[in-house]
Parts: sequence; C-alpha cells; structure tokens
Amino acid sequence: MPDRITTADVAHVAQLARLDLTEAELERLVVDLGAVLDHAAGVAALDTAGVPPTAHPLPLQNVLRPDEVRPSLDRDEVLAMAPQAEDNRFRVPSILGDGP
Amino acid sequence: MSAPFATAVGTAAAVRLGERTARQVVEEVLARVGVREGEIHAFNTVLAGDARAAADALDQRIARGEDPGPLAGVPVALKDNLCTRGVPTTCSSRILEGWKPPYDATVVERLAGAGAVVVGKTNLDEFAMGSSTENSAFGPTRNPLDTTRVPGGSSGGSAAAVAAGFAPLALGSDTGGSIRQPAAFCGVVGVKPTYGAVSRYGLVAFASSLDQIGPFAATVADAALLLEVIAGHDPMDSTSNPGPAAPISARLGDGVEGLRVGIVRELVKGVDADVEARVREAADALAGAGAKVDEVSLPTVVHGLAAYYLIAPAEASSNLARYDGVRYGLRVDGTDVAAMNAATRGAGFGAEVKRRIMLGTYALSAGYYDAYYGQAQRVRTLIIRDFDAAYEDFDVLVSPTAPTTAFTLGAKTSDPLAMYMSDVCTIPSNLAGHPAMTLPYGTGDDGLPVGVQVMAPALGEPVMFRVAAVLEASRG
Repeated sequence: MPDRITTADVAHVAQLARLDLTEAELERLVVDLGAVLDHAAGVAALDTAGVPPTAHPLPLQNVLRPDEVRPSLDRDEVLAMAPQAEDNRFRVPSILGDGP
Repeated sequence: MSAPFATAVGTAAAVRLGERTARQVVEEVLARVGVREGEIHAFNTVLAGDARAAADALDQRIARGEDPGPLAGVPVALKDNLCTRGVPTTCSSRILEGWKPPYDATVVERLAGAGAVVVGKTNLDEFAMGSSTENSAFGPTRNPLDTTRVPGGSSGGSAAAVAAGFAPLALGSDTGGSIRQPAAFCGVVGVKPTYGAVSRYGLVAFASSLDQIGPFAATVADAALLLEVIAGHDPMDSTSNPGPAAPISARLGDGVEGLRVGIVRELVKGVDADVEARVREAADALAGAGAKVDEVSLPTVVHGLAAYYLIAPAEASSNLARYDGVRYGLRVDGTDVAAMNAATRGAGFGAEVKRRIMLGTYALSAGYYDAYYGQAQRVRTLIIRDFDAAYEDFDVLVSPTAPTTAFTLGAKTSDPLAMYMSDVCTIPSNLAGHPAMTLPYGTGDDGLPVGVQVMAPALGEPVMFRVAAVLEASRG
C-alpha cells in the first residue's frame, strides 16, 4: 500500500498533468485525493495473484480500413476554431525559448 | 402507461400519417420550454430556429410522399458532449465555450436520417464528471419534479428535458451511471447499451473503455425505438460492434414466463429502505408474471466503485490531455508552450475535472501504476467473472439504480466521495461492458421516483427490454 499523498506529491502530479493550481486548490486536492485513495485501499489490498488485468470490455484487435484517399475535415472550418492560426497552421508560443 | 406528454412512438405515427405536422409537434415542446426552462435550466443551447427549419423541411418531404423515417418529427434533446456541426458543443466547460465542431457525431447523423428534430443541447456535469449536474460551468440543472432537488448526473439536462416534456426523447452518455442515475432521479427510462452497440464517434471522450451513448425516454417502448435508430456498426468507431443490432421493439411484448431473474444482494444491501422496498415489489411483480426470481451474490461488485474511481480518472487524464490551448477552445497565454498549456488548463477546467485529472495522473504515475491502476484492472476482471458466473444461472439481474432518491442541491458538493457513492449500483455494468437500464418504479418516502435497474449480459438488450416492459405494465 503506497504512502499517504503529500502536498509535494500533488504539486509534482500537477506539473505532470500540465495544470496550474492555486495554493488553495493544491491544499484541497491533498485532502480530496487522500480520501479517494483511502477508499481505494480495499482494492489495493485484494489478493489478485494470477488475475489478468482487463483494460477493455471487448476482445479488441486492430481494425484497419482500406488505404483509400477520402475527404477529411474541412481545413478552413477546423482552423477557424483555433485560438491562433497562420498560413494554414496552428500558431503557438515559442517551444524552445529564445531563438538564436 | 400514462405518460404526461405525447410519446415518441405516438408522435412518429401521427406525423407519418399526416395527422400532425412536425412543425406543430416542435411548437408544442418549444412552448413548454418557454414556460419552464427558466427554472429548470435543462439546456445549454435551445435550437428553436434550427428545429423549426428541420420540422418544416420534414413536413415538405412528407407532403411529397417521401418516407420521413421511424422518428418522423420527434423532438430529441442532445447531451452537450455530442458533436453537432456548426453548433456549440461545450461539455459544460469553459475550456470549450464557443467551440463549434466541424463534424456531426454518428448518432446525430442517424437521428437526422430517421426524421428526428434536434431541439437543443443539454446541460451536464463538466465533461460528464459528476452525479448531480452541479459541476456545470454554466450553473446547475434542477429536477423538474422538485426544483429544490438535483436531476442527477452527469446527463442531468437530458433527464430533466424528458421529465419536463421539453422532448419525448434525449441522448446522454453513461460512463459509470450518467444516464441511469439521472433517469432514476427524474422518473424516466434510461438505457446504457452494451459497450460497442452504439458508435462513440463524435462523443467527447471521458473514459473510453467505459463510455457509451444511450437513450432517455418516458416509456420503455420509446427508449427501444430510439436505441434501434442509433445502434449498429460504424466504421468511424473501431470499438463498434461489427454484427447487426438485434431487434428490440418486436420482442417487447414477449413477457418473462420462465425467465430467471437474480436480485443482486450486494447492490440491495445498504440502499435506503424505501428504495429497497420498491425493488422487492418489482421482483414480486416479475415473479407474478411467471419469472423465477431468486437472490444472487456477486461478492466483488462491492469493489466496483473504488476500482472505477481509479480506472475512469486514469483514462480521463489521458483523454483530456488534448485540451492544451493549441487547436480549439480556450487559450491563456504563457511565455512558452508548456506554460500556455498549464495556464489554459488551470483556467479552463472546473474543480471536479481537475480532481479527476490529478487522481488519474497520480494513479498512472511511476511507482503507483501497479498498486492503483494495475490493481483496479485486475479487480475489473474479478467483477466480470462474478457477472459471468451469475449469468450461468440467471437471464437478467435486478437491483436499485441509485441508493437514494434525488437529493437536494448542495447536499454533496463539499464531499466528493459522498457524491461518487451515488453511482455504486450502476458502475459494475460499465466495468463489465454489459447493458443496463432503469425505469421508474413507485416513489420513495419523499414522493420522488425510485429507479429499478435491469442488467443483462453483453448484447442482452432484447431480454432486458422485455423485463422492463413487464415491470412498466405492472406499475398499474
């Protein structure tokens, strides 16, 4: 059974999730996540040796469609919904910091 | 069945025969929306103009002698996480406010092809995460039967729309009970089909191994009609069932003589006494109609809730990674892309969505993956084995839909775990991928409806609906 979740854990997970949180949200999440994980303790403690995991209710296999050219979404319609677009592309802030 | 409003079956028949026009039908429901929508807030968007235009076009087709389809002129409300081309699809989230999808969900195309008329997009808990519709960024929906109570959730707007007569039919999505629990709270029929029975193409994803679109209706026959229209294989959803969808309506009157019905002990235990009493009465009614009724134990379903609140958030944390401020929706500027992503998500998501993303990210993170997510997946296997064993002895299983009747607004908003408990009876069917439905069966001590849940093995919709039809008729 893992240790109790801490403020540092929550701050680390928020970074992994790319989620800005206020101090108040952070403290509240320590309590809320702790409560849900306490409830999950019964599950974590169950003996499941030899039980395979179920990721999906169906016996899935890859589904392939014929490799044929078909119409796709309308480019202008899609780009019109972007916060910023330029030259038929999505525009974003710098990725690597200041350029040369 | 004495539904307070015209049924979908009756409306479609009247429109097809030319006894009523689709326009008349639409005006009737829009008039009800005009009277009560202000206090109920079932909709994020009412599509009055589009609905009138669609109805007029349908009436012209009928005048030309064309076949208008099985849902001719029937108003339908759509949960606002179903994509509608050019019409805002918000998921009741600030992060998608104003977004207009560039395509229609498959279910939306099928509804149009069947002659249905979409009247609006309904309110939900943000990204379908919640059990009361109080987690909407646009304010809560109220229960039409008692506006001090929640309609349930997450598809609370769709349930309320049907209960208030704003539309005889509605679509919702059910990941852990989000169709069945609000249907029970609002006194209507709600169905979660077998996983894969209805295409998820165009349903904004929450937890992809659990999500399924399904109908709300006032009657069992109306729900069957809607399910038959939306079910069937779709090449746009690789998890869509390849076989033909089984007919349901044609077998609705076949009765339950000789059927084996199991009352799930673990799902009856711990619910409110008045809820349990209605479930026992439903069991007696089935026995009276010739079914063999007995109790059955599924020991591991008691772990369903805890397993679900690891699996569903884990899948959600992955699915909601797409809201990054790049391609659609809200953007809050930052010095670089990572800062922009985090600022956008911090500003755009509400408290419950943040909670689930955090829980899921934690359950999937290094060091905890096996103890939480991996373990929950193994418990999911144990629950499926329990169902499989039960279905060797029983054709259908019966339980309460929710442990209580509709609670008051604000009663559970400060305690997430108490809110999660509202789905304890509905979650096991999602984990197993099995069909399950609720129908109203009497009232609790507070006078509000109690829902009885009928569950069946995968693809068991025909037998499940037969049982529901017998229960509906037995209410008198």
